[in-house]
Amino acid sequence: MSLTSNEVRRIAHLARLAVDDREAEGLAAALSDIFDFVEALNNADIEGIAPMAHPLDAEQRLRPDRVTESDQRELFQDIAPAVEGGVYLVPRVIE
Amino acid sequence: MTLDTLSGWARRLQAGEISSRELTELYLDRIERLDPDINSFVTVTREQALAAADAADQRLARGERAPLLGLPVAQKDIFCTRGVRTSCGSRMLDAFVAPYDASVVERMNAAGAVMLGKTNMDEFAMGSSNETSHYGPVLNPWDPERVPGGSSGGSAAAVAARLVPAATGTDTGGSIRQPAAFCGVTGLKPTYGRVSRYGMIAFASSLDQGGPMAASAEDCALMLNAMAGFDSRDSTSLERPDEDFTAGLDRDLKGLRIGLPREYFGDGLHADVRRAVQDALAVLRERGAEPVEISLPNSDLSVPAYYVVAPAECSSNLARYDGVRFGHRCNDPRDLMDLYTRSRAEGFGAEVKRRIMIGTYVLSAGYYDAYYLKAQKVRRLIAEDFRRAFEQVDVIAGPTTPELPFRLGEKSADPVRMYLSDIYTIAANLAGLPGLSMPAGTIGSLPVGLQLIGNYFDEGRLLNVAHQFQQETGWHQRMPAAFA
Repeated sequence: MSLTSNEVRRIAHLARLAVDDREAEGLAAALSDIFDFVEALNNADIEGIAPMAHPLDAEQRLRPDRVTESDQRELFQDIAPAVEGGVYLVPRVIE
Repeated sequence: MTLDTLSGWARRLQAGEISSRELTELYLDRIERLDPDINSFVTVTREQALAAADAADQRLARGERAPLLGLPVAQKDIFCTRGVRTSCGSRMLDAFVAPYDASVVERMNAAGAVMLGKTNMDEFAMGSSNETSHYGPVLNPWDPERVPGGSSGGSAAAVAARLVPAATGTDTGGSIRQPAAFCGVTGLKPTYGRVSRYGMIAFASSLDQGGPMAASAEDCALMLNAMAGFDSRDSTSLERPDEDFTAGLDRDLKGLRIGLPREYFGDGLHADVRRAVQDALAVLRERGAEPVEISLPNSDLSVPAYYVVAPAECSSNLARYDGVRFGHRCNDPRDLMDLYTRSRAEGFGAEVKRRIMIGTYVLSAGYYDAYYLKAQKVRRLIAEDFRRAFEQVDVIAGPTTPELPFRLGEKSADPVRMYLSDIYTIAANLAGLPGLSMPAGTIGSLPVGLQLIGNYFDEGRLLNVAHQFQQETGWHQRMPAAFA
């Protein structure tokens, strides 16, 4: 499989990664090599095989619906790049 | 003072031959003097370590006993440590001080361990050479021109150079076992779900598993006793009674059936590594083990399946680094999109970006069936290969890596070649099985690793086989001359 720089830019947009033109070219080559490599999966005989999500096929544990967490907003917001009055600051979203 | 093993130090602490403070200072001084040669630590926590050592000495003086009481250890910098920077080897988390401890850290602290610092690693655990770290590569203490393996290369190199008696690692596709092999130490990846992932920064959640790295199997057993156990804060943690992994170390190997997968001894295996592994297997035979040739027919699909599953989960897990709540934020963002895309582009290195991109692509609309779903089906084929094998044998053995530690820069320009250095380790992660690597010999000065793969929950057996091997051989006791 051969990815173009334009496809790389589309994937980068979905992944929210800024890439410049030079990077996009390098990524197109590297990702194409990796996708060629994983093409080997097409040779697998997987007819009727169920996908495996958990090695031990464990099920999601449920707990009683009780409050277990205390409010630690200040502790967690302490490590944020920009907060004010208990909210995270980002560039203006709504004009 | 002669350097001892973790278990040896434990006995000497309890006998009062040395204090935890003296022991901690001994290793802190070694780190200060010798780590500049190998770059295995990202952060050294001298003050906290000495305070913890003093606290341990008081507990020892009161006659208290705890599995790791007073023993120096290092944490891979992927485990969150409250009040101490947790970088995960990334610029993204260069200034991140975790607001809480990972379960593993909490458990080890409660067991009395004295943390000396945080070890270097491939960025977000993505790499097989430690060259992707934001803090520069770790160098192999046996040969500074060669890589220590990755991603837990800092832990492996630090233990090999005896800068710390034991350290934690994590293993998503071989990240404990491959560096253990390259550095000549013993490392164990437990059964998926044995060791809590809470506070262990996520890479690929269905594969990630923490485990011990140390100079011997006995030391790994001691570490695992403190690390393992059910944790309600990890939704995939296994609800099983606690085990004493040191209990079965002394069992003899008479009648033990060892499976040798023919796919692990094929053309890709370096002749020197093959010879060293065969010599090691002969030692196990002399101790009563019976070799059985087996086949794991879908082995060649494991690396391709992994490079769909792991990047897919990575792209989803790493979406949280958005420059808003924690981690790196770019300067003067124009708008919200610019904030996201530039913070992430600046914070992540090249390999992490590649994997996020692969994962994003295979999970994008229209491609799910062709990639992720197919890889998850192949994953079951691989797990079924092992299930059938374990009907015939007790453990599986083979090389940990196809070749000796490679040179810095040798594979960094070719991701696929780098990925193939995990060809023998990845299948155990896909199947969720425990795997161990131990020093099995040397070629020149370079160590060779023997891998053991066990059935689910059979860590005790792997440690037993490795311990018996280490009773007979001295490979695990060797240390690089420059660090003696």
